[in-house]
Amino acid sequence: MKWDEFFVTGEPMIYGAMVSIVVVSLAILIGLTYFKKWGWLWREWLTTVDHKRIGIMYIIAALIMLFRGGVDALLMRAQLAIPENGLLDAQHYNEIFTTHGVIMILFMAMPFVVGLMNVVIPLQIGARDVAFPRLNAVSFWLFFAGAMLFNISFVIGGSPDAGWTAYFPLASIEFSPTVGNNYYSIAIQIAGIGTLMTAVNFLVTILKMRAPGMKLMKMPMFTWSVLITNVIILFAFPVLTVALALMMFDRLFGTQFFTMANGGMDMLWANLFWVWGHPEVYIVILPAFGIYSEVISTFSRKNLYGYKSMVWSMIIISLLSFVVWAHHFYTMGHGVMVNGIFSITTMAIAVPTGVKIFNWLFTLQKGRIEFTTPMLYSLAFIPIFTIGGVTGVMLAMASADYQYHNTMFLVAHFHYVLIPGTVFAVIAGFYYWFPKLFGFRLNDRQGKLAFWIIAISFNVTFLPLFFLGLKGMTRRMYTYSESTGFGPLNLIASIGAVGLAIGFIVLVYNIYWSFRYAERDTTGDPWNARTLEWSTHSPVPEYNFAVVPKVDSLDAFWESKKSGKPLFTDKIEEIHMPNNSGQPFILGMIFMFFGFFMVFSWWVPAIIAGLGIVVMLAVRSFERDHGRHIPVSEIIKTEKALSSRMDTDAGLRGEHA
Amino acid sequence: MLLALFSALLVLLTGCNQLAVLNPKGPVAKTQSQVIIFSILTMAIILLVVYTLYIYMLTKYRASKAAPDYEPPHVEGSKWLEITWITIPIIIVAVLSVVTVRSTAAVEKVPEGYEDQKPLVIYAASSNWKWHFSYPEEGIETVNYVNLPTNRPVEFRLYSFGPITSFWVPQLAGQKYAMSDMVNTLNIVAEHEGSYMGKNSNFSGEGFAHMEFEALAMTPSEYDDWVKEVKDTASELTEPEFDKLLETAHVGRQTYTSTHLEFRPAPEGENAGHHHGGENGAAEESEQTQMDHSTMDHSDMDMTESSDHEAHN
Amino acid sequence: MKVDHTLPLEYQTEENSNRVLGFWLFLGAEIVLFATLFSVYLTLWNRTGSGPNGAEIFEIGPVLGETFLLLTSSFTCGLAVHSMRLGLKKPFMAFFGITLLMGLGFLGIEITEFVTYVHEDATIQTSAFLSSLFVLLGTHGAHVTMGLLWGGGLMIQVKREGFTHDTANKSFIFSLYWHFLDVVWIFIFSFVYLKGLM
Repeated sequence: MKWDEFFVTGEPMIYGAMVSIVVVSLAILIGLTYFKKWGWLWREWLTTVDHKRIGIMYIIAALIMLFRGGVDALLMRAQLAIPENGLLDAQHYNEIFTTHGVIMILFMAMPFVVGLMNVVIPLQIGARDVAFPRLNAVSFWLFFAGAMLFNISFVIGGSPDAGWTAYFPLASIEFSPTVGNNYYSIAIQIAGIGTLMTAVNFLVTILKMRAPGMKLMKMPMFTWSVLITNVIILFAFPVLTVALALMMFDRLFGTQFFTMANGGMDMLWANLFWVWGHPEVYIVILPAFGIYSEVISTFSRKNLYGYKSMVWSMIIISLLSFVVWAHHFYTMGHGVMVNGIFSITTMAIAVPTGVKIFNWLFTLQKGRIEFTTPMLYSLAFIPIFTIGGVTGVMLAMASADYQYHNTMFLVAHFHYVLIPGTVFAVIAGFYYWFPKLFGFRLNDRQGKLAFWIIAISFNVTFLPLFFLGLKGMTRRMYTYSESTGFGPLNLIASIGAVGLAIGFIVLVYNIYWSFRYAERDTTGDPWNARTLEWSTHSPVPEYNFAVVPKVDSLDAFWESKKSGKPLFTDKIEEIHMPNNSGQPFILGMIFMFFGFFMVFSWWVPAIIAGLGIVVMLAVRSFERDHGRHIPVSEIIKTEKALSSRMDTDAGLRGEHA
Repeated sequence: MLLALFSALLVLLTGCNQLAVLNPKGPVAKTQSQVIIFSILTMAIILLVVYTLYIYMLTKYRASKAAPDYEPPHVEGSKWLEITWITIPIIIVAVLSVVTVRSTAAVEKVPEGYEDQKPLVIYAASSNWKWHFSYPEEGIETVNYVNLPTNRPVEFRLYSFGPITSFWVPQLAGQKYAMSDMVNTLNIVAEHEGSYMGKNSNFSGEGFAHMEFEALAMTPSEYDDWVKEVKDTASELTEPEFDKLLETAHVGRQTYTSTHLEFRPAPEGENAGHHHGGENGAAEESEQTQMDHSTMDHSDMDMTESSDHEAHN
Repeated sequence: MKVDHTLPLEYQTEENSNRVLGFWLFLGAEIVLFATLFSVYLTLWNRTGSGPNGAEIFEIGPVLGETFLLLTSSFTCGLAVHSMRLGLKKPFMAFFGITLLMGLGFLGIEITEFVTYVHEDATIQTSAFLSSLFVLLGTHGAHVTMGLLWGGGLMIQVKREGFTHDTANKSFIFSLYWHFLDVVWIFIFSFVYLKGLM
């Protein structure tokens, strides 16, 4: 293979991207060396098994991916702003909407949600870490390896170009001969394995490591949402694993699963993809519902309305999510019977979702509503997401879907679901839990400014798309002629996209400003919140809780603040903590190289890297690492140091030992 | 509120006539347009309820309005309220389900009132980024445009020589997929003369954005004249010529006096779907037709059946 | 470390009982994985293209051999875990070793079978049926291979360390994995071979 085939050539924009990647990487390397931070990076971050730090790394990666996916989106909107635009050619546009979809769903929404899970769940259930801290680090590094592998595709070898759904036969080697879709099948696979392990890890954590007294029906709603989400991951991701493996076999080894000859069946891919793909939507939505429940309850100063029905509606949603996948291709021609059944199951999801909406509304009733930044995102979610929801019901009606399918109406619908559903939620969660991690709140005034710009621009961007769809504009068209009349609405949408970009710039500035100037929080509980994570210090010490809390009610911390009954009654004992390890990072890197060699079918290096993976597993099997114990004296010292900058009642945290 | 205003404004600005989907020219699209408008109205009521409650809660219970010592009560929930907002949505979903199933059945069939007429069969096949229309009865074939007689049922038989495409003429009927190893049927009646935009709506690669065709509905006598004219003026479609046509990415309009079905039959009946192992006739062995193997008719195409199991496992 | 002596050795620490639960959950995911592969196979099994069908290539003899070896190995694996609970190291090593040897034998037959298919021009590229057959069997075979490597490592660890919380827990989890592979094989035997031969 020649170098000019290896690197993507002939695209000024991609040359620009290459140069900026090289410059930024060099700057990071030089910076780390100059400030002598290599050791710090290795000891504190790359080898960490602390759920909080892993969570922070997930969130940072997600923010970087949000930037990448956002640039893709801006390019698309720029191309579509006017008819017959020549900014991008068809191939480039096809690659961009493909990577936009994959990155936003799998490398932005998922890691952001998983990052928040990591940060919050152990704290919220009163645990010291997740069940398998080392495995948690492996999950992260596999996700990271997959994300990096996917992202280098656009400079080395070319990006996938068959849409994020990668329908066959279009994604087959015959119609998509570049390595782009090899990247798709392998990079997502690696990240997916990490996600599956996350699911196992958090299920065991939530099922077995809750604070004494925290019965299932006394768990905070975010914990419930994460529990259910991980059940969905556990049962949905193996389907993706198989689908991607078959795709890889078709493309690399000439198998006939989805081909057009020798018995291959293109619709099989569509079915497998959506059997995973629809539950995937709920994987990113349910935790968002959990976050909103926490935030709305906190800032209404009221307990969550209809707790039980909230839990049950999530369980029902998770079950239904597995029996609706065919609504993604009503138009495949499976007849009235099948389409009818899938229409009904799909519309049925509206019922439990509606229950949740009304429960949130009635949580607000008789509350004392405070409009903080996280609360604004949560409140904006309700009306905007409802539009997404009702248009979802409209799409669920098979006969009408024949007219909406593959159009901008559909694009508008799922952005109305995913952006207020997931993106607003992770931003709300980010603002809400940020002080817990860093010990200060993000500036509220700037945060609100960013919120208003984002919320308004979002509607300007996506509302016109409903009408474009009804006018007959299909998705994934890289250009359109003036006579179609699609021009004006597209221009409005593109202006909205610029607004969204500005909103996110303000948000980033808000983070930067707050790091430098924001007032430090000395209470550990800046929002006057309700759940256990707020009962410990901010930032949280590595062992989370000096003493494990004892719980006897929902919103245990709130009850304890009101009644004065302490949560922490035990004496401080020595704490067992896991040791850091470089193995997860090394394993992730080997996986990345393994994937890279597979993408290019370089078998010898691939086999060597594959053996490397087996060796790493063996090393882990033979290792005996039982962690370390933090002595009581050290805990007391840490607690004193943390308390001295706190002015709350020390007894609440069990520092009387 | 802002949103409602904004959308109302947009509707006024664009008007229904410019929304192709809501400006039907045949019974199928008309049914679909009615379903869409019905669902929009239903959803508008739901939005109204949610928005009213939302605005009420946000204006009434904001902290700035509350007494300084007001402490929100502990409320577990209300059985009756919760039953209400479970029951009413279930009723709405039930109504919508009935509407959906009936309208889906209606749009899959030959439209009401046209059952007695013999439908005009037109095969619509996609290759790369063009559409081939074969009229087996008339023995003519066109590329990238299709002429139809008005007020006569037309049965489109859809398939593809490559990636999945979706055949869509929004003003006449909703879309359906064209795939390489089976034939899908789409029933259409054009009740008004006119030129309608038709396109592939399912992404199929580089030339996708330009994969449009014109569907021209004309009176039956005009249609007959056109068929006669084609037979007088156009030339025959030979196999080599068709192969060359398949290779070409984009072409303009073409007209022929014979169809490719004679030497490259559509993937239906004998020629279609999957093979049941071991009974491969030599005739079916021709490698160059891409959909040669596997014979499967529509009914046992049901992937949904088998995937169903795994979803429940 | 909290140790609860009322439980079997492999469950006694909190970490270990978490691991067992975690592995059960992982097996849940594995069930979905194999169920998906079976669905793919059952969708494609009569789409043989120009290649042979199951009846033409399957031979019952070797398959019965494979079945015998794997079922028996599952039994000896159970005996090994039983010996472990009784604290009997030598029988454990013997039963565990027999389990792995039988697994190896199974793998040998499977590889011979694959080689025969390929010689009969029934390769993974021939038809959708054969692609799905090879991938289904291959995934199971790859699991057995992983099991052999893992089990081999465990034998060394038990030999060195005896029965500790670690080795007991790992051996028990290995046995769950091995039984699971056995169950998957029963499905392969029924839905692939018997169905194909009928």
